[in-house]
Parts: sequence; C-alpha cells; structure tokens
Amino acid sequence: MIRLEGICVDFGGLRAIDHVSFDVGAGAITGLIGPNGAGKTTAFNVIAGAVRPTAGRVLFDGEDITGLKPYQRAQRGLARTFQIPHEFYRLTVLENLMAAASAPEGENVFNVVFRRRSFGAEERAIYDHARETIRFLELDHVRDEKAGNLSGGQKKLVELGRALMRDPKIILLDEIGAGINRTLLSKLADKISALNEEKGLTFCLIEHDLDYVSRLCSHVLVMAQGELLTEGTVDAVRNDERVIEAYFGGGKYEAHL
Amino acid sequence: MTELSGLFFYLVSVLIAGGIYALLCLALNIQWGMGGLFNAGIVGFFAIGAYTSAILTTPETAKHLGGFELPIFAGLIGAAIIAGVTGWAVARICVRLKSDYLAMASIGIAEILRLVIVNESWLTNGSLGISGIPRPFGEYTAGRPADLVFLAYVWLIVLIVYLVATRLYNSPWGRSLRAIRDNEASAAAAGKNVERFRTQTFVIGCAFMGVAGALSAHYFRFLSPSATDPLLVTFLVWVMLMAGGSGNNRGAIVGALGIWALWSVTEIFTNRLPPEWATRSSFIRMLLVGLLLQYVLQKFRAGILPEKSPPLHFEDEAERPAPEK
Ligand SMILES: Nc1ncnc2c1ncn2[C@@H]1O[C@H](COP(=O)(O)OP(=O)(O)OP(=O)(O)O)[C@@H](O)[C@H]1O
Ligand SMILES: [Mg+2]
Repeated sequence: MIRLEGICVDFGGLRAIDHVSFDVGAGAITGLIGPNGAGKTTAFNVIAGAVRPTAGRVLFDGEDITGLKPYQRAQRGLARTFQIPHEFYRLTVLENLMAAASAPEGENVFNVVFRRRSFGAEERAIYDHARETIRFLELDHVRDEKAGNLSGGQKKLVELGRALMRDPKIILLDEIGAGINRTLLSKLADKISALNEEKGLTFCLIEHDLDYVSRLCSHVLVMAQGELLTEGTVDAVRNDERVIEAYFGGGKYEAHL
Repeated sequence: MTELSGLFFYLVSVLIAGGIYALLCLALNIQWGMGGLFNAGIVGFFAIGAYTSAILTTPETAKHLGGFELPIFAGLIGAAIIAGVTGWAVARICVRLKSDYLAMASIGIAEILRLVIVNESWLTNGSLGISGIPRPFGEYTAGRPADLVFLAYVWLIVLIVYLVATRLYNSPWGRSLRAIRDNEASAAAAGKNVERFRTQTFVIGCAFMGVAGALSAHYFRFLSPSATDPLLVTFLVWVMLMAGGSGNNRGAIVGALGIWALWSVTEIFTNRLPPEWATRSSFIRMLLVGLLLQYVLQKFRAGILPEKSPPLHFEDEAERPAPEK
C-alpha cells in the first residue's frame, strides 16, 4: 500500500534517513521499530508529507505521491497520529474528533452563511461517528473538556480518535501506546486487530514495547541510524544480531547508544 | 435641557463610533480569534473601504477620481469588494507565513497603502482629502436627527455582520478553521486545506474592515489621510478584541463598546488637564488604555467573554444508540 523508494532526508548536515526503501503491505499491521533517533518518526513524516525527502519517491497504492501536500494525502485515505500530541487545544474533545472528519458541505463557506440546511445531515453523521469513537476510546467523561486540559495519555487517545474519524485506508500510529494504561492499551490492540480484520484497515505502527509489537504485527521493519536494518517477523528480527547490536550496543552502532 | 440633549447626542456619537469599532472588532475576530491570522494592518483595509465608498458616492469633481454618485449601499458593497480583493492579493502572498511574519507584512502593506493615499492625488486628492461624502438618507434628514438615522444604519450593519460571523463560527467551517488555528500540522493531517481556509478567512475579515472604513467616511462626510491613523484603528481594535475576548463574537462587540467608551471618557478627563499637558493627552490616553488592558488580562486571561465552543444541536437525541459502524 505504501512504498518508499530510496528515501533520503537531510536536516542541515544531519542525515536522518539514508536510502531507505520499504513496503507497507495492504491489509497488514506492520511494525516499525528501532532505537531512539533511528528516524522512525521522520519516515512517518515523509509518508504523510510533512517532511519532503531530499531524494527518493513515496508511492501510495502504486501512485507517486511524493509531490503531494499532507492534506492531499489525507484526503486520499492516509491518516496519522503524532508522537507528541498535536491536539486542537482550544476545541473540546468532541470538536477535535468532529473537526477531523471530512465535511465537504459544511466546510463550504457559502453554505455556512447562506444555506445552513445543506450540511445538516452530514453534520449529524459526523456527530454520531464522533460519539461512537469517543465511547470506544472511553473519553466520554471528558467529551466537553477542552483538549488542551487533558492528560498526556488522553491526548494520545484523541489523536487516535481523529485518525479513526477520517475513515482512512491506512493509519500511521506513532507510539500511540506510550502513556496509555495497560488495560486500555490491550483493548486498543484488540480494536486495532478488529479494524484490521473486519474492515481491512492497514496499520503501520511505531512502538518501543516489543511484546506489544509482537502481539499485533506479523511483519516488522527495523531502523537504526537512519537506515533500514532488516525486516521480517518479530521473532526473526529479535534474534537478528544486527538488531541486538543496534539496541544493546557493540559493533557499528555502539557509539550512538 | 440643552445640557441633557447635549449629553444624549454625545452618547449617540460614542455609539456610532463604537458601532464602527464593533465591525472592525468582529472582522478581526474572524481573522485572529477564529483563524489565528495576525493582521497588524487593519487600518489599511479600513482606508481602502473608506476611500472606495467615498469615491463611488461623491459628486463629480476635478480634485480626485469620482463622479459616480452611486447610492451609499452600493458604496459599502464596493468597499467590501475592493478591500476583500486587496485582502485576497495580500493573502496570496502572506498566508503561508508564520503569524509573526504575517504581522510584519501586514504592517508594511498598510503603510504602503497610506503612502499611496497621500501621494496619488488624482485618486484621493492627497492630504487635502475628499469632502461632500453623503450620509444615508441625507436628503431627508439634517442636523442631529441625522445622527440618529446614522446610528440605526451603523448598528443594522453591525447586526448583519454579527449574524454572518456567528454563522461562520457556529459551523463545520468555523470548527475546522479553529482547528487550523490551534494546530496547523494536525489539521493538515486531517485533510484540511490550510491555505484555502486562511485565504477565505482573510478575505472575509478584510471585506468587513472595508465596510467599517466606508461607514466612517460617510459618518464624518469628509475623508483625509489623517482618518487612517494606525494608533486609532489597528492598535485600538486589537486592544478591544483582547479585552472583550478573542474567539467570541459577543466579546468583540463588548470589547469595542467598552474600550471606546473608556477612550471617550478619558478625552473628557484629558481635556481638563493644564495646557502644557494637553498636548501630551493622546499619549496619556494610550497609557491609560494600555494599563487597563493589562488589568483586564490579569483578571480575565481570555478576555471578558472568552471563547466558547458552539452548542451542538443533537444533544437531545444524543443518548440514542449510535448506528452500527
Ligand atoms: N525537524 C527536524 N530538524 C532537525 N533534525 C531533526 C528533525 N526531526 C528529526 N530530526 C533528527 O532526525 C533524527 C531522527 O529523528 P526521529 O524523530 O525520526 O527519530 P525516532 O526514530 O522517531 O526516535 P524516537 O524513538 O525517539 O521517537 C534525530 O537525530 C533527530 O534529531
Ligand atoms: Mg519518534
């Protein structure tokens, strides 16, 4: 579904991603792991269009989207969450979710002033969808709270809720688990699997907890120092010497731990 | 008796100017309160509106472009269109800038417009200004009753703009705009075309600023570059919105009236100062207004009427089971 081809990203003198190519298979839950600073978030930013690669191409369903802006990619069915919560802080939780939905009639400024009826049904559907998502994320009690006042974990859930509101084809989850309590996290894992199996929704997730990754992902990509180190099943990757090296030191990557 | 009617008409004049400020404040609230666009060149769009309407409605003269003698309402529409189009051109260039750069760019543009107004005499009669600008229903009324007619006219337009601003605010469009204001990156990740929203916002706000300018030209019947003082327009309108409550349309009106009333009262006060101080009165008033703003913002961090999320009209049915997804 997503393919990176020869992606390089430079930040000033720093090469954050160095000739990385990989595929995120349609209908799968793919994990993206690696030590801190490996370039995982940057890879997500390249996929989502927030960072323009110095070299290489990004393909989405076989189509080259390298030149597209983030909102255009989102409109094609790509959703993402941010590692550091990017909530709409002066909007309520309910509004955060509703604002994320696509609302072609209600976002037309002419309709809004002169044809208020034109978007009633659309708005109703968005509202129902948002309520349902909020219930699932167990955010009902803070529904009318301004998102800026939420706790870190709750903000993460709002991130996820907004992604779900898009009805996307693929969701990129950047450390959605960090800061969320275990019970809910486990429920989230169930929901992610369910969305994947029932709706065929594709996921790519960055996560540091390898047990969590192994529970969800059949296929894992490992990055370190801006390179794609290896890929495969969680077990295969876990026993890969280069991966152990990258995480625990030794050899080429030691100096950076 | 004359004392009392004098006071009454003083109040009328305060309310007329207050209404014009309310328009500016509502316009700024659309741009800044909802859209997070830092327009520091309000006076530029105000001036465009004022000159457009003045030129469109005055009789033929050799001093400046004109002789169209259009009805006043057409002048207001023309003011909105020309100010809006200028806003569109500015937005094309500046809307991608971060808010502090947009502020600098808009100050610069307002300054350029001021220089154009002063120097292009064929268009504006330069510093001599445009006179004989008609009032609405001016043929039927004169003197003080005319002020009452104008008061009603101004507040009718305030009402219309308020209704439009409320519809904008209380809509999916407004919600997405506020989302963009709060976090551009995640709004883009949610498929919002940030530039389109911002351009629309900027144009709408500038058009309303143009209408406010037009009304002030018709009110004073005379227009010269001195009417486009950034201190009296841009600065004061920002103070009004901050005090009243950025993101709240009613707050914008309350702030405009409150600060304008205070501004007018300080005039009475500074007029009684000894002559050697009188020349400094405008600075003293600025200082007083600045102190007041400090006080208001200390007490009410988000202004007197803070931003409030619009009600969702489905709440009554909210508890019915959600449709299966
Ligand atoms: N906008 C930026 N400007 C400059 N350098 C950046 C920027 N974004 C990332 N980097 C650098 O790129 C490298 C990779 O960062 P990235 O955020 O992709 O790591 P990560 O794998 O997500 O790490 P973590 O697990 O800690 O989130 C880091 O060295 C970081 O300092
Ligand atoms: Mg990261």
